[in-house]
Amino acid sequence: MRATEAPLLGKPRRRVAVVGAGMSLFVRRALETGKELSYYAASQALETAGVKRREIEAVVMVTAPDAFDGVHMKGEWLLDGAGGAGKPYMRTYVGGGSGVFGLISGWTLVASGLFDLVLVIGEEKMSSCQPHPQGAFLTIFDHTIERPLGPNLLWIFALEQHRYMATYGIRNEDIALVSVKNKRNALDHPAAQVAANLTVNDVLASEVVAWPVHRLMVSPVSDGAAALVLASETVARRLTDKPVWIQGVGWSLDTSYWGNRDLAYPRYVEAAARMAYAMAGVTEPRKQIHIAEPYDPFAYKELHHLEGLLLADKGQAPEDLAQGRFERTGPLPVCPSGGLMGVGNPIAAAGVMKVCELFWQLRGEAGRRQVPGKPERGVAQAWGDLMQIGTVAVLGIH
Amino acid sequence: MARTVTPGPRRRPTTASPRMIDAPPRLPMRGTGLSEAEFQKTVATVEWVPALEYGWDTGEAIGRFLAGLRAGKIYGVRCRRCGRTVTPPRAFCELDFKPMDEWVELPPTGTVNTFSVCYVTWDMKPLRKPQVPAVIEIDGTTPRVGFLHLLGGLRGTSVEAVHRQVQIGMPVRAVWKPARERSGAITDILYFEPVRGKGRKA
Repeated sequence: MRATEAPLLGKPRRRVAVVGAGMSLFVRRALETGKELSYYAASQALETAGVKRREIEAVVMVTAPDAFDGVHMKGEWLLDGAGGAGKPYMRTYVGGGSGVFGLISGWTLVASGLFDLVLVIGEEKMSSCQPHPQGAFLTIFDHTIERPLGPNLLWIFALEQHRYMATYGIRNEDIALVSVKNKRNALDHPAAQVAANLTVNDVLASEVVAWPVHRLMVSPVSDGAAALVLASETVARRLTDKPVWIQGVGWSLDTSYWGNRDLAYPRYVEAAARMAYAMAGVTEPRKQIHIAEPYDPFAYKELHHLEGLLLADKGQAPEDLAQGRFERTGPLPVCPSGGLMGVGNPIAAAGVMKVCELFWQLRGEAGRRQVPGKPERGVAQAWGDLMQIGTVAVLGIH
Repeated sequence: MARTVTPGPRRRPTTASPRMIDAPPRLPMRGTGLSEAEFQKTVATVEWVPALEYGWDTGEAIGRFLAGLRAGKIYGVRCRRCGRTVTPPRAFCELDFKPMDEWVELPPTGTVNTFSVCYVTWDMKPLRKPQVPAVIEIDGTTPRVGFLHLLGGLRGTSVEAVHRQVQIGMPVRAVWKPARERSGAITDILYFEPVRGKGRKA
């Protein structure tokens, strides 16, 4: 299948490390503006990295649709909060995949040799869009052959989840367990918006919004920001004795004719993962990856993405979950942060949050969220648009 | 209209001391969650309703497809290099990056690839009668080539009632608008309905 072939890779010129991370609280509706949220996350990341804004050589901003804010070119509008004034600044955007793509974009700037210190900010303020930010999402559907049918965003997830379930004989109980796990993990995350102690029955008792999707299988509407400081090897070693290396990055965008794909399997995630693994020298992901933060805007997506990331056999992730493989103390901790289902889903910021979590986990700084066994390598992944984007990053301490 | 009211945040933004680190992110964190009531009444907000209108061209391939729908026909296109037959049509094969080779008329029948039973509108208002969106694979197209449409002609509104009548793999056929009401739009097909009494396909 040509879509899943890993591209031939050139050798990156330089190693790149994450040396700082920061976040705002994730909340349903923030008093703060997007600029203010960005400033809080960025300043915390700079502080933990021990660098000043004036030392930052370039800034990458990731933020999802302009329509959320009703501000065209909102990347430029958010510039001041991102610390980008007067600097080489760029906004990159691949829908829900933008969070991890921010890390990838920052990585290209440092790996190429162009800059030594780059700040990456992910920001989202979905609450401004009235009466519901889904109004902005409606515009992702084709204007001629899809929008006249009256779609809403839940449709494509419900359609994909049903196909996934039918292909492999997966029960909704097995998928509800993702909500239970992630919302429970999020109880230990100080930024979390929808942490909770629930049972599978609680999830299945929540209203059906678009069968097979129940309300508690959907991540919330959120405001928030998260940030990272990236450094070249020389600068990273000067700043910290615990740099977290970006060992590999990969991304892939599949056709926008989403109905023309096998909805049971995210082949574009596999293509992105193969690229990142090849760069990172990961040949046996299930042995060499110790912690995973796949994108989980809907409960089934975590399982779907674990399969695309080659961390579970096709159709087997639900059973692995039921057997405890993905618990925080299990053999492969998945979304120890609490993920989007628990911490919240300010879209581009949520992807950056996943990289922040790997940074803290790999440095052994995650406190009550810390996974046992001194993890040495983790993978973060984001996903978006018409179910067509996979963005993947492998981080490790060596 | 902007109201000038002193906001009353529940969590005051503060600057964290490095000594207060527990598990990052750092505590206490910044960001002030507002309730709906606070958003509506306590905090000054400014509203704006965009007035943008668009008129989209259909393009060559979709234009011909829509003209077909108006005539009660479903057209697809074929690429001889990759061997795929797809609908809705496109002018070029996105995989082989060359013009499509031929137009084919497809039957108004197909198979349910997947479906949902949706009880909410886009702004999360409840729907008493659910929408049943589906991906339909039209007969004569390549396997796993489907497109978004609706299922209809179903009795009852519960998930169970819908599931008694529709399953993945079931054959369906297009139910058309009366010819004089068609406008050359995807909605010229009202919905697809189950073809009862036929066996399931994989």
